[in-house]
Amino acid sequence: MRTGWTIAFSGIARREVLRFARQRERFLAALVRPLVWLFIFAAGFRSVLGLSITAPYETYVLYEVYVVPGLCAMIQLFNGMQSSLSMVYDRETGAMRTLLVSPYPRWFLLGAKLVAGVLVSILQVYAFLGIAWLWGVKPPAIGWAAVLPALLLAGVMLGSLGLLISSTIRQLENFAGVMNFVIFPMFFASSALYPLWRMKESSVLLHDISALNPFTSAVELIRFALYGQVNVTALAVVAGCTVVFFGGTVFMYDPAKGLWRKRTG
Amino acid sequence: MTGSPGAPLTSGAPDLAPALVVADVSHSFGEVQALKGVSFTVARGAFTALLGVNGAGKTTLFSLITRLYDSTSGTIAVAGFDARRAPGEALARLGVVFQTRALDTDLTLRQNLRYHAALHGIARRPAEARIAEVLALVDLADRIDQRTAALSGGQQRRAEIARALLHRPELLLLDEATAGLDVRARAEVLALVRRLIRHENVSALFATHVMDEIEPADNVVLLHRGEVLARGRADSIAAAGGDLTSAFLSLTGQAA
Repeated sequence: MRTGWTIAFSGIARREVLRFARQRERFLAALVRPLVWLFIFAAGFRSVLGLSITAPYETYVLYEVYVVPGLCAMIQLFNGMQSSLSMVYDRETGAMRTLLVSPYPRWFLLGAKLVAGVLVSILQVYAFLGIAWLWGVKPPAIGWAAVLPALLLAGVMLGSLGLLISSTIRQLENFAGVMNFVIFPMFFASSALYPLWRMKESSVLLHDISALNPFTSAVELIRFALYGQVNVTALAVVAGCTVVFFGGTVFMYDPAKGLWRKRTG
Repeated sequence: MTGSPGAPLTSGAPDLAPALVVADVSHSFGEVQALKGVSFTVARGAFTALLGVNGAGKTTLFSLITRLYDSTSGTIAVAGFDARRAPGEALARLGVVFQTRALDTDLTLRQNLRYHAALHGIARRPAEARIAEVLALVDLADRIDQRTAALSGGQQRRAEIARALLHRPELLLLDEATAGLDVRARAEVLALVRRLIRHENVSALFATHVMDEIEPADNVVLLHRGEVLARGRADSIAAAGGDLTSAFLSLTGQAA
């Protein structure tokens, strides 16, 4: 028999899926973005960016093969920020209040909304991986299953970051700043597009920044999982950051402390 | 909380506890004191109007009752449950219609109500039965599969009232529920709320700044600049000034 908690979670998840299904352009945008990188950017860089053997790959790999896990993480990064945008939108339209006056604890409501959003992003990642497979990027069969928990954890970390950011944004118009100051630096200063050892050749500082970037850990967690391996360091960093980001979100949405203390009327 | 918020209580609130007790509640936003020692009670089965101009503190008070944030001091109890110490039990007994419309316009009326039922832990089958019941109450049964964006302003308000009733609350909070509606829709919403009190065994706290919406026998809490200036039956308050508008202007120091 289903408990109230599972009913509440499935209701929140169903709403996210329904909203996603109604916004087909969102699905297309989420898919087109990494495909542009794969088909155009990766094809161009293939000839100039040689990749030696680097874990988890056991041989030389084409640039397209290298970049696919980073693009999976990119889908989740954009999805996390989309969740942030949707939270700010829900707050402005009042839909957020409907969620927060539910009798369930706030950590549960925020967590359920977060996980529901991540499940939607995982569907997008698998659709992308399917197209990449047709393009010739074929990870081992075990990778298709092993990457699922990695995507879940990486998605929850990036979604938590999105929620935390949403608690600091007062108006929808300020969201453009998030694009400039969060998404692009996180994406480019990471191992998504180039391995860290190559970065070190040009700038030690950029290498160090990229190594500390939690998005790098998300990328590496997904990369290793896609080849049936566990990158323990990446796993620990992603898990730790998830706790910090989600803890910060719950704090900010706490009635006694954060976000809602601003005057509403 | 005692168990799941959707489950029956194991610790009993006094059966005869008032629907709402607001005791010495104050709240500040930085330097601005929005509420100053606000106290009043909403009896079970009563329609209570929270009367005040814009900026009086009505929405702030509603935000405190619904736990969107905590009061700086004082206590709030819904049907005997302290909103701070037992928020799950208190929120489970509240049905809320916010000032800004909060239906998901991407979804149909049925989908909106199913979502709300899930947020209160109501399983699909009982939820479907209750959805049919509340939509019949607000006369929207024929709109169940329509996207809420296609409903008129008055219909959206009635849909929000249906949503607020879905989990059988003991207290309805309606924050300027008639704002932005034409005369006919306003009258329909008001008549609906009064009918629900008689037939659905709920109480209502109805925030408004429109005197015409208050009837002589209604309980009134007059809130001005964060303070309760008067409370009691509307006709008693009105007696001081001849009518409610004159009494309001006199009490708030705005009389000519």
